Amino acid sequence: MLQQQVRSPEYLFFEAEKKKQFLSGSEAVREAIRKANVDVAISYPITPQSESMHLVGDLFAEGYVKEYFRGENEFAVMSSVAGAAMAGVRVFTATGGPGTMRAFEMFPVWAGSRLPIVCAFLTRGINSPLTIQPDTIEMAFLLETGMLMLHAETAQDLHDMLLKAFIVAEKTDVHLPVGVFADGFFVTHTKEILHIADADSKLPPYDPHCAPVPAMDMESVPVRQMRDPFVMKSNFISYAAHASWQQEIEAAQERSRKHLERYLGGLVETEHEDAEVLLITSGTAVSQSREAMAICRKEGLSVGLVKIKSIRPFPSDELRRLAAGKYAVIVPELNRVGWLAKEIKARVDDPRRVIGAPRVFGGMTMPAHLIVDEIRRVLQ
Amino acid sequence: MTEKMSIRMSGLGGQGVVTAAHILGMAAYKDDLQVTVNPFFGAEKRLAPAESYVRIAQEPIYERGEILYPSLIMVFHPHVITMGKSYTMPFFDGLEAGGTILINSASALDLSEEERDNLAKLDAQVHYVPASEVAMEVSGTHLSTNIAMLGALYRIQQRPSLDALESAMVERFGGSKFVASGSTAALDDAVKEKFAKVSQMIEKNLEVIEKAGESMFQQTH
Repeated sequence: MLQQQVRSPEYLFFEAEKKKQFLSGSEAVREAIRKANVDVAISYPITPQSESMHLVGDLFAEGYVKEYFRGENEFAVMSSVAGAAMAGVRVFTATGGPGTMRAFEMFPVWAGSRLPIVCAFLTRGINSPLTIQPDTIEMAFLLETGMLMLHAETAQDLHDMLLKAFIVAEKTDVHLPVGVFADGFFVTHTKEILHIADADSKLPPYDPHCAPVPAMDMESVPVRQMRDPFVMKSNFISYAAHASWQQEIEAAQERSRKHLERYLGGLVETEHEDAEVLLITSGTAVSQSREAMAICRKEGLSVGLVKIKSIRPFPSDELRRLAAGKYAVIVPELNRVGWLAKEIKARVDDPRRVIGAPRVFGGMTMPAHLIVDEIRRVLQ
Repeated sequence: MTEKMSIRMSGLGGQGVVTAAHILGMAAYKDDLQVTVNPFFGAEKRLAPAESYVRIAQEPIYERGEILYPSLIMVFHPHVITMGKSYTMPFFDGLEAGGTILINSASALDLSEEERDNLAKLDAQVHYVPASEVAMEVSGTHLSTNIAMLGALYRIQQRPSLDALESAMVERFGGSKFVASGSTAALDDAVKEKFAKVSQMIEKNLEVIEKAGESMFQQTH
């Protein structure tokens, strides 16, 4: 194990020298967690995530992670990381697809308990029929769980967003779980070139006193399982407390915007935003859109691109401004339901201009020419 | 190098199709080229179809996933073509016009008239290399077949460089850094057992690369 020096997040993110490496997405997870000063990591295997948490296990063996074990199943894992986070340590886990579904009850519990858990969701289609292939449908289910949701396009994004996720999650005015999403296989199992800081630096440890709610007393019996036992009281005060608590989670999400803007350089990233037709999407659909945009611009078509990096909070104002007056907005997605197109349609001034296509699902690669066809069809 | 290389490698599980892609990708990376490598995603097993993809270019590469329109197709086993052991049928599906096909076989395959017509229409350059035979003969193990295929590829493309291929092999087999799944790790151990030292294995594999290049022949359709 390398001797690591604690450095400020600003140093690690912006100032440290970045060196070139050829890594898969799973290895990018390992390199992020190596520098993340994680106390507890808990795993349960599911393709295409298994390799990532296996590599985090290697980090534990090397001494970079203080505690690591395999849970009984995903529900147990998500419950165990909640317990660890309540006790005031920095935790990490990862899952995907059916694993996400199995653990689902715990995600709103994380947000409701104001736990700054970071979880990598390495997305996969949801059964049945059985599939192990990439698909972003699980994100549709997670939109209203109260967690922040960042969507990586590349292994570089996955590495950077994971590290930044801990810092944003642990801000006192946020203090919420952050899901960092990356499309299974297209990111996890693809080897690509990254630029990352050396592992001789690591983030400062989690300071449990930064929590906006009191830490749980895990020592004296009976151990308190919940922040406040509203549930057992049927009176106006308990209803109002529950309602305001939920609103406070939403407000905390809103307050995360300024931190995400600072660390991610904005909730969106644009290229040729003045074009007549905009491709707006997230994850690896952005990569395919970049290829499609290049083909179209060579032909003289006026096409631009908006990459959405944060799904929660959603860049509503940014997208309303960017979509204004466009001939069309095309939203390619790697899922059947088109949840991102729905999100965009609900925010822009003229939702009729938003085209939810192409949609590729079931695990197929989204060929750039499918997007090109859609652009040509719209412009005809 | 100006053109982007989009390489689809088709073979059977256990032949090292994914390993070959990793070595080729690592070599391109060492030559300071832009590169991405990914396998076909599935529950792979021995002798079942296995496919991997390598994109090499000078400009940044964005596109991900399977390569649907390869400029070069490498067929690691004749059964990919003759028994349909492939995710992509026919084996030349999507090949760019004027593209290259490299097949592991000691003799030209008996392709159907339709296949020959299509290859002619595509103006495909079809090369053969007895990769399995070269592997057995030079390094004494068929597990070097994938390296022989890379040797033939090198003869056609001259890139990535031989130095880079060598140092990619050293990195792949010499260190403990490489992340392999259980069955791949077992195959790595099997191949390493054939040689007293990793350095010998690399030396033999460099010979395999050279011999494979010399053993190629071309078939016009």
